[in-house]
Amino acid sequence: MDVSPFTGYVYPNETIISWTALIVVYPYLTGLVAGAFTISSLYQVFGFRHLKPVAHFALLVSLSCMVVVPLPLLLHLGHPERAFNAMITPHMTSAFAVFSYAAAFYVILLMLETWFVFRPYIVHQAQQREGLLAWFYRVLSLGSYDLSEKAMNYDRKWIFALAIIGIPGAHGLHGYVGFVFGSLKSREWWSSDLMPAIFLFSAIISGTALVIVLYVLSCKLRKVAVDLPCLKVMAYALWGFMMFTLLLEGVEFASLVYRGREGIEIIMEFVRGPLIVPFFILQFGIGSVLPLALITFMIWRGTSGKALVVGVAMSAVLVLLAVLMMRWNVVIGGQEIAKTGKGLLAYHPAIFGREGLLAAASVLVTPFVLLLVMIRLFPPWEEEATSASLVASAR
Amino acid sequence: MEENEQLEKQQRERRDFLSCLGSAIACGAAAVATNALSPQATAATREAAADGSPVPAIPGYDWTKHSWAFGVDATKCIGCLRCVEACKRENDVPGDAHHFRTWVERYVYLEDEDTPRIDSHHDPVNIEASGSESEYRFANRYKDAKVDKAFFVPKLCNQCTHPACVQVCPTGATYKTKDGVVLIDHAYCIGCQYCVQACPYGARYFDEEKGVSDKCTWCYHRITKGLQPACVEACPVGARIFGDRNDKQSPISQFIRNNRVQVLRPETGNAPNVFYVGIDKDVV
Repeated sequence: MDVSPFTGYVYPNETIISWTALIVVYPYLTGLVAGAFTISSLYQVFGFRHLKPVAHFALLVSLSCMVVVPLPLLLHLGHPERAFNAMITPHMTSAFAVFSYAAAFYVILLMLETWFVFRPYIVHQAQQREGLLAWFYRVLSLGSYDLSEKAMNYDRKWIFALAIIGIPGAHGLHGYVGFVFGSLKSREWWSSDLMPAIFLFSAIISGTALVIVLYVLSCKLRKVAVDLPCLKVMAYALWGFMMFTLLLEGVEFASLVYRGREGIEIIMEFVRGPLIVPFFILQFGIGSVLPLALITFMIWRGTSGKALVVGVAMSAVLVLLAVLMMRWNVVIGGQEIAKTGKGLLAYHPAIFGREGLLAAASVLVTPFVLLLVMIRLFPPWEEEATSASLVASAR
Repeated sequence: MEENEQLEKQQRERRDFLSCLGSAIACGAAAVATNALSPQATAATREAAADGSPVPAIPGYDWTKHSWAFGVDATKCIGCLRCVEACKRENDVPGDAHHFRTWVERYVYLEDEDTPRIDSHHDPVNIEASGSESEYRFANRYKDAKVDKAFFVPKLCNQCTHPACVQVCPTGATYKTKDGVVLIDHAYCIGCQYCVQACPYGARYFDEEKGVSDKCTWCYHRITKGLQPACVEACPVGARIFGDRNDKQSPISQFIRNNRVQVLRPETGNAPNVFYVGIDKDVV
């Protein structure tokens, strides 16, 4: 039981912050899913050919994050073993009741799309490999080794359709996370119609940034050159969506202050005090303005080569930090402003324990461990897929 | 002590037996549709079953016949906190300064100050005065100041007509009863704490030990047996009023009829059912 110290007057039951670091991780992960899926869809649906090198990879990133999304929620529950109660008897007026269905639907969609995308590879492996892994691919091929032009056309149709359904799916899932917070009337800090839109755009930038960082990192590890046109398109996307995000956040904050409803004094006290480091310095300054300026500068100067790679990757890392801080400032920040409108709480996260920072960090790392495994099983890099096809055709 | 435990055990067994008996009678009545129960009770059972809500297994109690409400006369409250202590004991509320089904706030307007100083028994200064987190007291912290105006405001769950907590519960573990009380099914609650977030009044807390949310039920286990809530019974000055609004002569009906009453935060649209007399505009 972590009791938060307070100033002013807060309700006695508020002194224990109920949604902790784990609930910060939850919207962060969903955001990464939506963002990475957007990159994948820009290629699959909207024909951004430049994004080809990362299209399949982005899909794997999306899937590996999505599988972990329910984990922070499960860990947070007082009775995780009863989690399915929300599915058995969903209470339809609750925003949370939809979650399990939406998440399950989306995981299935992602798995299906991944299966179709990697089907040629799976079939090749099932035919070439021997041993345990061969069985793995054989089971995964579901008995269909048909890679004829007709079959591939059929697959492409499915991929296209799934990617199209996936766009409202992924964005809906994340917009809804914004609704979970924005629809509550108990907290002025959360209660905003713009919350879903803000969550959505920040999701897109976080996912894009993650794909950039992981792609550059993987190129270094694989010792291959970064595809500059591809990186540039992602940097442009990042830049554009960041503008939207900042604008929406600005408008939301401005209207909160402008409306000046009851309790605004304590909100301003919060903004001018405890929020300076996490919001103004980390989220807004270092995380948003700096990368935006950096990318603008590189576009303006026509930076290319290694400088571009380093610059964009650095910006992406900062954006990832900014979005994490945004989630923190919304989830924790909202609870630090007392419902009384007359006091502030100071959340001091525990390191250990079920709700501690270590648990939250472990959950945050899990998708990347999963991703490492998935990349081994389904290489998303074009050259490897091509070489596999070549080997197959040589035989 | 041992005798007490023995007695309690016997009472519990008796209650269990009666509740089983009640269920058996209800089931029997529904199954064979005999006239063993009064026609109204049978109708109530049918009505409750028709809209899918469970029928409470409380012998001799028909929840369609009551409309409970609560009144607080803040002009009478002396801040003795007996209500808080009674509630903690009656309802097995964790004995610390961070979990309360009911609490009392103190509003003090000092001379030349526009806004009140607000505190409650969970304030560190008050805890220091009581010497323990499990004992509650208001420290005499304004004894050297010039006080313009001061009063106490008891708080508890408002059992809202449109409860935000019920709206957000993903499983339906928390629900509104037909007699107007919001209850939590502790055997079904998953402990997500969305309801704790949604309550604008801070009336809910999370019981870490039980892994579920909890809050005031107006002592539902007592009121359905014709008793008063523990806090009402413990209040030495009659600041807490409880009763059935269906009964026009009940204390609560008279309280609402004879006073200009108000509710907390009407702008939330929750439509609370705790009616206040003698509170100020600054009451949160």
